[in-house]
Amino acid sequence: MLDWLYTLVPGLETTAGLLSLHPPGWGGNLLRGALASLQIAAGAFGMGLVLGTFGALGKLNGGPVTRDLLSVYTTVVRAVPELILILIIYYAGTDLLNQALRAMGQRPVEVSGVAAGIFVLGTVQGAYATEVLRGAIQAVDKGQIEAGRAYGMGPITLFRRVTFPSMLPLALPGLSNLWLIATKDTALLAIVGFSELTLETRQAAGSTRAFFTFFLAAGAIYLTMTLVSGRVFGWIEARYRRGEAGPTRGHP
Amino acid sequence: MSAPTNIPPNAPVPAALPGNALRSLWREVMQPHRLVLIALALGIAVYAGMTMRWHWIPRYADLALQGFWRTLWLLALSCLLGFMLAVPLGLAQAAGPRFLAAPARAFCTVIRGTPLLLQLWLIYFGLGSLFPQFPWIRESELWPYLRQAWPYALLALTLSYAGYEGEVMRGAFRSVPHGQLEAGRAFGLSRFAILRRIWLPQALQRALPTLGGETVLQMKATPLVATITVIDIYAVASRVRQDTFIIYEPLLMLAVVYLMIAGLITLVFRLLERRYTRGMTA
Amino acid sequence: MNRIVSLAGAAALAAMATTAMADQVRIGIAAEPYPPFASPDAAGNWAGWEIEIIDAICTAAELDCVLTPTAWDGIIPALLSGRIDAIMASMSITEERMQTIDFTNPYYQTPAVIVGGQGVDVEPTPEGLAGLALGVQVATTHQAYAQAYFEGATELRLYQTQDEANQDLAAGRIDAMQADSVAMDAFLASDLGNCCTLLGSVAMDESILGRGVGAGVRPGEDALRESLNAGIATIIADGTHAEITARYFDSPIYTYNQ
Repeated sequence: MLDWLYTLVPGLETTAGLLSLHPPGWGGNLLRGALASLQIAAGAFGMGLVLGTFGALGKLNGGPVTRDLLSVYTTVVRAVPELILILIIYYAGTDLLNQALRAMGQRPVEVSGVAAGIFVLGTVQGAYATEVLRGAIQAVDKGQIEAGRAYGMGPITLFRRVTFPSMLPLALPGLSNLWLIATKDTALLAIVGFSELTLETRQAAGSTRAFFTFFLAAGAIYLTMTLVSGRVFGWIEARYRRGEAGPTRGHP
Repeated sequence: MSAPTNIPPNAPVPAALPGNALRSLWREVMQPHRLVLIALALGIAVYAGMTMRWHWIPRYADLALQGFWRTLWLLALSCLLGFMLAVPLGLAQAAGPRFLAAPARAFCTVIRGTPLLLQLWLIYFGLGSLFPQFPWIRESELWPYLRQAWPYALLALTLSYAGYEGEVMRGAFRSVPHGQLEAGRAFGLSRFAILRRIWLPQALQRALPTLGGETVLQMKATPLVATITVIDIYAVASRVRQDTFIIYEPLLMLAVVYLMIAGLITLVFRLLERRYTRGMTA
Repeated sequence: MNRIVSLAGAAALAAMATTAMADQVRIGIAAEPYPPFASPDAAGNWAGWEIEIIDAICTAAELDCVLTPTAWDGIIPALLSGRIDAIMASMSITEERMQTIDFTNPYYQTPAVIVGGQGVDVEPTPEGLAGLALGVQVATTHQAYAQAYFEGATELRLYQTQDEANQDLAAGRIDAMQADSVAMDAFLASDLGNCCTLLGSVAMDESILGRGVGAGVRPGEDALRESLNAGIATIIADGTHAEITARYFDSPIYTYNQ
């Protein structure tokens, strides 16, 4: 069926064979790795949002000690390479968890690679998300919040009904960027031996010596992931911006 | 992809010292809860110093210094070269004709859309896998460099910085008010003179705060070069672990070293900003 | 591979945190391919001499073993932090490592050799290698040996995997490498390896190169160590070890007196 193409481009048949989804092709491994990467990125992004929401509220409304501790968290995480944080949290995290469990008389647990990856990258994401959300909340029109308060809303209702919906469009560009960082940072887990896309790629390339084929294929997968998610975020942003008056921030 | 105003996550690390404000710093620190926190941190540091294993430090001091130096110059050189590429990349996207804007945009998209680790391995191992097929490469003048690992590291880091900063510069060029450029034209300045005297300086001024944050991000990417046999500060710490099986102490030490470099970068950009925004009215 | 379930694919599906099964032994193998001892195929199944030996030892010792690929550079931390229960990844038994972990009796031993790249024909000695670039895999006895004997006059290049060192030797970016003789036999027999030649074994130093390859366990886990020892003794006595070896190598790679 594709014979004419193969004769046209020599080497294409080998490439197609290498990338085939079924063994002995390695395409299936790459896709499995991509799925693992996406899973971790999504988990880490979610955890980052939760940490970031608390972090931002803590930085804005917390007491002096909370604010200072949060500053230490965001400063350290944003200044120390992810690779080092990953190594520290990956090994020390499990170690400390099991020591704590042993101290409480519980049996030690095995932390799966996915869980560890999500925890590590989530911690990193949380620091960046804190700053993004803090900036967005600060940019919300104070009058709106006061109006909410005048209606007798409690702090939780106020956040849910007024602050959160008005800050979301402001935070979206930053969050979209964070998601891109999350997908790309999963590659670092290759260095601790977690089989996500980059490690699967290295194994495939090492076993077949077709370095260019596999690295380019993995690059295309990453690029697809980032481009598609960029579109999705753009679409969400457009939805939230609907009905907003005047020129929008962000896209000149 | 995202415009420069969308880069809050890459925003500069909260400030190190503001230059002349020693007294306000003093006042900042002298709050009761801060003093308690500082005392606590010192306590933890002293405890770590006493109970953890640090005896390996003298043995690896020389290597660590060399590694530190290598990290610094890889960072500085890749940022410098990367920025020199970023200016034309940004300009092409902001004002260039289509046949220049499209490839520039594609380059930035690809670099920003794929992990640096993958780019690094593609450049080092991908190119390396071709060498056995082309024996003449070994005869070439460039071979002494192609044999080493650092040129590949420098290339990958440079392209990465160029890709991200090309995007930043695109936004910065666009954000310069049109009237300024027209004023230049009215003075009879040539297009190149307008670029050199008006457009670039103003764009740079606007981009500087973002560039500071981006440079910290670049620093955070440098330890990846250890995976292609470059012996930077991270590789030295790994070697301590491999030789002595001490795991956490070298990693903690590394974290402190990188924190210091991040502080240094922030300080340098503060000074640059102060210098270049002088005389600019808000 | 009856009793061994590869974790490579299953890890992606694993629950957030599962309580370790008391009766399962997680055997840490290096996540990076190390043919012909252990490498994954496209289906994610691990195969090779050492994988079969692990299988045989576990069967003989009646242990329920699960292969857990782990980054080589972090395999000892992984053992100590409880991510894995035993290391069976061609790890040599050395003094330095024994300060941190315990070892079983050896299940194989091979000499350390130097392989030279295209046009490199020198003695495998410090004098011979002076001025050349030598590649070794990180966190191996070869790294320790090369640091003790060659570093300084010789430029050391550290690779995350043996595979990458092989490739750079073929590419000519290093002049020679030090590695395990059996792994090198396989490399030299491959397409990639026809660039290169065996220069010979390095001078023996047991304190660095160790007393063979054994399984590493956490200090104090004597029950596991003893049952692995029993498994090793059984497969050597009943000929399983020799049978598996014969299918992979021309010569025996277990040279101890029984």
